[in-house]
Amino acid sequence: MNPFAYQRAAGPDAAIHSLHALTVHSAKFLGGGTNLVDLMKYGVETPSTLVDINHIGLDQVKAGAGGAVIGALVRNSDLANHPDIVANYPLLSHALLSGASAQLRNRATTGGNLMQRTRCYYFMDTSFPACNKRKPGSGCAALKGFNRIHAILGQSDEGAASAHTCIATNPSDMNVALYALDAKVDVQGPKGKHSIPVRDFHRLPGDHPETDTILAPDELIVGVTLPPAKFARNSWYLKARDRQSYAFALVSVAAGLEMDGGTIKSAGLALGGVAHKPWWPREAEQSLAGKPANEEAFRKAAELALTGARGYEHNTFKIELAKQCVVRALTQAAKGVQA
Amino acid sequence: MTPCTDESIDPTDVEALENDAESGTPEGREMTRRQFLAAGGVLSAGVATGLPGLARAEEEPGNPGSAPSLMPVTLSINKQKRQFTLDTRTTLLDLLRENLDLTGSKKGCDHGQCGACTVLMDGRRVNSCLTLAVAAQGAEITTIEGLGDEKNLSPVQRSFLEHDGFQCGYCTPGQICSATALLEEVKRGELSTVSFETGHTRQPAITDNEIRERMSGNICRCGAYPNIVAAVRALTGRGGAA
Repeated sequence: MNPFAYQRAAGPDAAIHSLHALTVHSAKFLGGGTNLVDLMKYGVETPSTLVDINHIGLDQVKAGAGGAVIGALVRNSDLANHPDIVANYPLLSHALLSGASAQLRNRATTGGNLMQRTRCYYFMDTSFPACNKRKPGSGCAALKGFNRIHAILGQSDEGAASAHTCIATNPSDMNVALYALDAKVDVQGPKGKHSIPVRDFHRLPGDHPETDTILAPDELIVGVTLPPAKFARNSWYLKARDRQSYAFALVSVAAGLEMDGGTIKSAGLALGGVAHKPWWPREAEQSLAGKPANEEAFRKAAELALTGARGYEHNTFKIELAKQCVVRALTQAAKGVQA
Repeated sequence: MTPCTDESIDPTDVEALENDAESGTPEGREMTRRQFLAAGGVLSAGVATGLPGLARAEEEPGNPGSAPSLMPVTLSINKQKRQFTLDTRTTLLDLLRENLDLTGSKKGCDHGQCGACTVLMDGRRVNSCLTLAVAAQGAEITTIEGLGDEKNLSPVQRSFLEHDGFQCGYCTPGQICSATALLEEVKRGELSTVSFETGHTRQPAITDNEIRERMSGNICRCGAYPNIVAAVRALTGRGGAA
């Protein structure tokens, strides 16, 4: 780990001021540290200063059927177990509790989870010289490497030597639920506050695989806002992985259904583990509105969701797996709350 | 400035030990195996955490030539306040093991993947390997040594003994800290992903599947899982098997 200075910020304004002053020196905010400290140990992240934001407040949840405001420093475990989140946004609780371990969820924050970096082996291991995300312009070792966990949608693929190629995936479970719920990310920078639809918050690799989000380097996530709860009774988070717990998703699906009798009034749908960002299949989601909640509608949505999917040597199985997961998640969501 | 002002070995001792190790002459020092291992640990920790005179910061990526950053830190560990001057890179785990000789917390993977380093931070289980010591200021840290001792075992420690919930024992302190927090989480009615799968999100019944899911952040390479589940099960008010 490289040496770094440490500052503890007293509030959001002070944190942003500190980071703004230090941006040129690659300062970073420290939340739970479950991803950042890990990457610092690997030498992937090398901040000169950590601005500790664990004591700036922003740790409250206000939620009801009409919406939710979640502070950026709310721990994943606290958010997942907040009674008003469980009651109104069970999809979010279900997704959060599908991720990591109890220990990690106790430290990981809402804002930090949004900023979580890929678990691509070639990104995390500095002994591989080629990784456009870690070292822009160096190429992509995953393209012809062991790419079992990699992207099948939205990837940049111009060959292993290209500076644009990146087939990394976003590893978060929480983010997938936030996409299905159409959340907004509230951010604050030196020029003030604004909100970003979460579906626009993360980037596809495009020409800049090194950049995961559109957050400016001196901006701080202050919270997440959820729209009125439509899927409180009918939602499901399905996570397919190599072991049943404490593993990243090969494919995950967040599904919410707003039901009117046996008919779907509206749907929320997002996939994890398949792209550089949580994948929001707009057409698939829209295809469900007005349809009866049956297998035919779900299969059609699954086909639409995977339109254009392309696999590599070790991950082509994900295309069919993702379709099956979409169908099963929607089927489970349609069954409704059992408790 | 000394790197650590509490109980740890001061840097001159470290250098003396390093010289001894280089020359191969321990100068008549009688060392027990544990002292020897502890001293070796301090030496390697010196490199890892950048103690003055031992740091090799110039070899680190990203910040060529930058010097270690030292800070005064006050921590409350097992209800004792302690003051240190620490390299900011020091993890809570390394501080416990290398500076305080609290070697119950184990370093398995050092990346938050195995749970051997689990301690309680304000009563909640966390991976001490991913927690920077400087960031733990103000929190109450409880390690396995703070839960009980040979003469006064905690209920979880006793249950692990009674149910033979270990083989080699390396992951056991982390398992016990984790299970201790699990029981509190259950009392607070907290959920797991299994609670959703079984549809019991109002009042989760702590079945064996719930225990397995809730303990999944602690890996046991010996595979003592059945007895670990039994040890936890006995404390959830379900004496028999599920």
